[in-house]
Amino acid sequence: MRLRSLVFGSVSLVAMAATAQAQSLTIATVNNGDMIRMQGLSDAFTEETGIELEWVTLEENVLRQRVTTDIATQGGQYDVMTIGAYETPIWAGQGWLAPLDDMGADYDTADLLPAVRDALSVDGTLYAAPFYGESAMIMYRTDLFEQAGLEMPAEPTWDFIADAARQITDKDNELYGICLRGKAGWGENMAFITALANSMGAAWFNMDWEPQFEAGIWGDALQFYVDLMNDAGPPGASSNGFNENLALFQQGKCGMWIDATVAASFVSNPEESQVADSVGYALFPTNGEYDNHGNWLWVWSLAIPSSSDNVDAAKQFLNWATSKSYIEMVAEEEGWANVPPGTRTSLYENPTYLEAAPFADETLAAMNAATPEQPSVQETPYTGGQFVAIPEFQGIGTAVGQAFSAALAGQTTVEQALQTAQQVTRMEMERSGYYQ
Amino acid sequence: MARAVSTRRKVAVSIIAWAIGLIIFFPILWTFLTSFKTEGTAIAVPPKFLFFDWTLENYFTVQERSDYFRHFSNSIISAVGSTIVGLIIAVPAAWAMAFSPTKRTKDVLMWMLSTKMLPAVGVLVPIYLLFRDFRLLDTHIGLIIVLTMINLPIIVWMLFTYFKEIPNDILEAARMDGAGLREEILYVLTPMAVPGIASTLLLNIILAWNEAFWTLNLTTTAAAPLTAFIASYSSPEGLFWAKLSAASTLAIAPILIMGWFSQKQLVRGLTFGAVK
Repeated sequence: MRLRSLVFGSVSLVAMAATAQAQSLTIATVNNGDMIRMQGLSDAFTEETGIELEWVTLEENVLRQRVTTDIATQGGQYDVMTIGAYETPIWAGQGWLAPLDDMGADYDTADLLPAVRDALSVDGTLYAAPFYGESAMIMYRTDLFEQAGLEMPAEPTWDFIADAARQITDKDNELYGICLRGKAGWGENMAFITALANSMGAAWFNMDWEPQFEAGIWGDALQFYVDLMNDAGPPGASSNGFNENLALFQQGKCGMWIDATVAASFVSNPEESQVADSVGYALFPTNGEYDNHGNWLWVWSLAIPSSSDNVDAAKQFLNWATSKSYIEMVAEEEGWANVPPGTRTSLYENPTYLEAAPFADETLAAMNAATPEQPSVQETPYTGGQFVAIPEFQGIGTAVGQAFSAALAGQTTVEQALQTAQQVTRMEMERSGYYQ
Repeated sequence: MARAVSTRRKVAVSIIAWAIGLIIFFPILWTFLTSFKTEGTAIAVPPKFLFFDWTLENYFTVQERSDYFRHFSNSIISAVGSTIVGLIIAVPAAWAMAFSPTKRTKDVLMWMLSTKMLPAVGVLVPIYLLFRDFRLLDTHIGLIIVLTMINLPIIVWMLFTYFKEIPNDILEAARMDGAGLREEILYVLTPMAVPGIASTLLLNIILAWNEAFWTLNLTTTAAAPLTAFIASYSSPEGLFWAKLSAASTLAIAPILIMGWFSQKQLVRGLTFGAVK
């Protein structure tokens, strides 16, 4: 009898252990402030649901390679993956992601910013839950603008920006009118240059998927960028990415910096930034002719690979991490300025948040100005914004980024860079079978 | 007069050697110093060398956020495990090729080395699929297998060059004195081969410890070694140099200390065959 109960007891324990093991989620994410904060607060989720969380934090490019390999081979190593607006439509189209159409009534999908929801949906179905979103905007030094007698218009044009940047520049005192990305990479310099080109009316491809680098507008855009950076940019700009420019701006060396809206919370934080009390914000410039603000939109989102064995538990986690109540929890624990921005309309209607985050209005305006389904004024066969949402873009974007970075460094001319870009892109598209 | 010149020359050579040493060591020193800075000081221009407010904050943050000791023990298991398995396979292989060479021995060695010439990412997907099907993803055994495989050509080559240095005459003399195969291996060959095996072992541990492609791509949490620990501290949006430096310092410290104590063996291993 005793033996039988012992055996029975052990079997039950093993079964319980197996159940407990099934209730564990492996989450792949990047090392950005908001994600680290989520990791810190996730004990509340485990307490609430009993679901254990295993975190894998990786460098962005390593993460991308790692999760792409896993999802493409149905490896099933992750239950939740942090992906961006670039991967979501491509992966969902491949059937690699579990649809998120039943997130529960209290999730309030309708509250998600329209641009964000569109960027993460395929045929009207949401495939990734937005954790934080960003567009791009101008961050500028109000004190320097005042000194120079300049006033930032509500909707600045590139001509104004270029003039203002040249006016503010004082290279002898290490003050540069404008800091922009120059480091080669599809998510580095090409994010900015593509947005710049979009706003000037250029497109990556025409409707026959022919690259458009030699069609004139790209030449104007790239020449404008290179000239501006040579006249008013910091030295060695061709190796500057987001973090390098952030450091320069925080040390008071840039008059303006046009980059991701998420930077606003860093440059306005007095603990990190020497210029925190004199930062102004404005919309991404246009060329004055088209109402196109570059269409920069990026959403760090949580998605569930369809190969996961724990789809339901993973959905529970997504629901928790991207809900309104999570935002409230962060506000309570860490203050309103630290809540993940750019995903929900209700956040931008909250007066406490608007007061705590002086950049909130411009961030919302920038996010709303983005139309990922129509990146350029030209008709395009692709969607996207500061990127082209096709699988080939990572490779092509980086190769073109290298050519443009070389032009900025003065190693090649703008014409040569455009020629290289055209050839590389055409070759890769041909190899991928876009021309029949 | 001649003596004076030689002293001056010695001094010059020493200065050059120190300068080169410092240049090579500087990135590690800089990482070490940065790990004691705040994020703001870490990116200050002009850079601050020694005069800044030293802080241990980054080490606390790193320890709080990730489990260093789990990654550390995973690194030990995979590096030591793969080295032992590698030696078990490589010693007999190198032995056979050194003492009973055939016409094809050189070709076999070259063929083994040629596997190192393939870019690793080229075989990532096939290996990932195999690992998935054999349920080896994120396991110590899987990591040991793959690290053994990638380091095997180097171990075999190193041991082969080392064994080649042992004169066959000594073995013949032992045989004439009546030693059997067992005695020959145990009392004659092994004592002479121990330094070679030791330096191979050390170098292989370092190679396995530092391997960052397969260890990152084939693990998630359970078997993730220190390479994954470092990779988690780089950030696309936000400053991270000080914390990354602290993580790197923690990750390389054990291997640096090991290398320090065994540098004599290591130098011998690394410069093997260089003077031939």
